[in-house]
Amino acid sequence: MARNPGRPLSPHLTIWKWGPHMLVSILHRATGVALATGGAMLFTWWLSAIASGPDAYASFSRYVIDADGAGGLPMVTTLLAKIAAVGLTWAFFQHMATGVRHLVLDVGAGYELRTNRMFAKLTMVASTVLTLILWIWAWRN
Amino acid sequence: MGTGTNIGRVRGLGSAHHGAMHWWRQRLTAGGNIVTMVWFVVSLFRLPTLDHASVMTWLQAPFNAVMMLLLIGSVFYHFRLGLQTVIEDYQHEGSRFVAIVLLNFYTIALAAIAVFSILKIAFGAA
Repeated sequence: MARNPGRPLSPHLTIWKWGPHMLVSILHRATGVALATGGAMLFTWWLSAIASGPDAYASFSRYVIDADGAGGLPMVTTLLAKIAAVGLTWAFFQHMATGVRHLVLDVGAGYELRTNRMFAKLTMVASTVLTLILWIWAWRN
Repeated sequence: MGTGTNIGRVRGLGSAHHGAMHWWRQRLTAGGNIVTMVWFVVSLFRLPTLDHASVMTWLQAPFNAVMMLLLIGSVFYHFRLGLQTVIEDYQHEGSRFVAIVLLNFYTIALAAIAVFSILKIAFGAA
């Protein structure tokens, strides 16, 4: 049957295909959960390590920030922490971008198919670019 | 007599006018998060090093300590509301009740540790 491609496809339980709006919707939830669990725990652990004094912070730092040449476990955990840190900054920027998208949608704007699709893609471009800028800048300093 | 739902008309009570509170506070804290989190990420990456002395000096400045407390208030409340929505989408009946209780314990315990740490650093006991 002839279908006008300009018209939206009605959401259906079995007939649908992935679109950027679905992807950023689930990314908003996934990044939110990641930040609320991993991010919040790492943040609080870091704060309590600072408050516990230089010795406690040194052991936190050795496992999370800088292994300081030590091999074995600290080398592995600091590498994992670096991956987690890059992941969490990307998750933060993605969640912030899709959050702003939600605020725009809340006022009733951006529901036109083309605009909605573009804004959804833009959140992923923004989060990737901001994460790259932040870490390249950190690495160069 | 109310003009709302059928059950509301039967009871004659109408809306409690609390329906939008969760939604509104999620948006309000979202605004707070943008300000405090952008400040936090930029400040953290601008620190010369992440050794104990430099993070202590940074967090002992009154402005930074207050910003951190505002961040904890806004961000922790925001993720408490967000995770509640996630739990309500996937858990029902008894497991939902347990999950919400655990979520409250998790959020408040983490916030207490974070706030206590900031105050201890700011008031110079460490």
